[in-house]
Amino acid sequence: MNPYRTQRLAFSLLFLANALILVLVGFVVVVIVQKGLPGVTWQFVSDVPRQGMRAGGIFPAIVGTLYLVAGAIVFALPIGLLAAIYLSEYAKDNALTRLIKLAIVNLAGVPSVVYGLFGLALFVVFFKFGASILSGSLTLGIMILPLIITASREALESVPHSFREVSLSLGASKWQTIQNIVLPNAIPGILTGTILGIGRAAGETAPILFTVAAFYLPLLPGSIFDQVMALPYHLYIISTQVPNVDEKIRYGTAFVLLALVLFMNLVAIVIRYRFRMKKKW
Amino acid sequence: MRKLREFIIEKLVLLCGLASIFFVLLIFLFLLREGLAVFQTISPAAFLAGKSWYPISEPPALGILPLILGSLVVTVGATLISIPFGVGSAIYIAEVAPKRVKEILKAGIELLAAIPSVVLGFIGMVTLVPLVKNVFHLPTGLTALSGSIILAFMAMPTIVSIAEDALYSIPKTYKEAALAMGATHWQAIWRVMLRAASSGILAAIMLGIGRVIGETMAVMMITGNAAVIPHSFFAPVRTLTATIAAEMGEAVIGSEHYFALFAIGIVLFVISFAINVTADLFLHKRQ
Repeated sequence: MNPYRTQRLAFSLLFLANALILVLVGFVVVVIVQKGLPGVTWQFVSDVPRQGMRAGGIFPAIVGTLYLVAGAIVFALPIGLLAAIYLSEYAKDNALTRLIKLAIVNLAGVPSVVYGLFGLALFVVFFKFGASILSGSLTLGIMILPLIITASREALESVPHSFREVSLSLGASKWQTIQNIVLPNAIPGILTGTILGIGRAAGETAPILFTVAAFYLPLLPGSIFDQVMALPYHLYIISTQVPNVDEKIRYGTAFVLLALVLFMNLVAIVIRYRFRMKKKW
Repeated sequence: MRKLREFIIEKLVLLCGLASIFFVLLIFLFLLREGLAVFQTISPAAFLAGKSWYPISEPPALGILPLILGSLVVTVGATLISIPFGVGSAIYIAEVAPKRVKEILKAGIELLAAIPSVVLGFIGMVTLVPLVKNVFHLPTGLTALSGSIILAFMAMPTIVSIAEDALYSIPKTYKEAALAMGATHWQAIWRVMLRAASSGILAAIMLGIGRVIGETMAVMMITGNAAVIPHSFFAPVRTLTATIAAEMGEAVIGSEHYFALFAIGIVLFVISFAINVTADLFLHKRQ
């Protein structure tokens, strides 16, 4: 066969493989928007679930997810950022650094349901926090740690070396240099990683199954030791565990969850894009 | 004073740097702490190779072979589907697509990676499951096949982005040499670049498989959850992950059932550890 014809055939097949993925992604988003959007009214997002979750809204689940995500970030951002500073500014190229990197890769690869088990064993049972916002947030926080470390490290490492050298040559200490020169220039990248972490934490179900999520709890939490409902778990419940839930409520919940996660990703993309435009080096 | 401050900060930063190692060890430790207790009543061999899983009957039967095989069937199916599509897409994005198309394709893949698994599980339930049922005339569409399809889809972002990186990082000269010898672009890709990037692509596939084995919610929602040894792609199965997620809520803390679910967690942790370490070796061999 003519090599050029083979090439045309191969490229068409590759294109089709790609197009199929894209079409399916589009299909998922379009179906959820089309069937979910009409059900999303002010009453739906501001009311508690009623009649065994077959009517009413999803307000407690939205609030629960926001609490969990906030808790996860408060825990993971400081540790993740300092870990990234260590890897990019202090670490030498030795066995310890390689071990840390391997640990990060592994932490990122641990199945989400195993995080759930871990959270149950450590926070709920061992520390006796019970099923609570605290347990759930810490579990989610550890889960998104590798994501935040990796993104922050890339951001820090992309700050040119000459910036650091100038600051050091002017008599600034290492930490002063990091604080005043490296960090401000890396903030957009760190922010992007953090926001992606938020999106990830908001959408995960398995880690919160046994650490915080409540089947049905139409109250807002009073303290961090309370259980809450959460959006992804609520979607799981009304689509598999509760019979005869109106399609509008299921799709509406899926829409709100997807919109929340995609909005986070969009914000991250916008920050990255604007930063690339402004970048001075 | 300034020296002291620098010193304290350096130690604090080092401590946070070590946090990842600490957490990996902590996870493993607590899985062992809760999971090893099951081996007081059942031998590891009987646990791994036992053919029946009836955790709440009296006495409980705690053989996880049906669950291992369930995970295996779904994973093999998902891998078979996602390798050609994933690697093909990576080649297209890295080598063939014009710049603007490339940006769109990458955004689409990123979008896919962002969709929560419970949302994909929900969509699979309402669209794919009835489709599989009707096309193959099955009593139920909640089968290993449905699970494989959704999981293949979920593994795609991992495979595409890592394989694409692997193709990018081949020295330009390889391709140029092939083209200078009169090869077509496709021949250069097929005979030179894919071979040069093979260890990176292998790592991409392995990490994709890791993603598939660990996936929980979508798989629980669409594979039918029958904890029996699977005989075909068209029958309901139950995976390791789904078993933990579905049963931990009802297991009494401190019961054999509870310990057994943690022991399944150990199995999953060891599998994902092995996959990640091996994939990491492949990725670094390249450099």
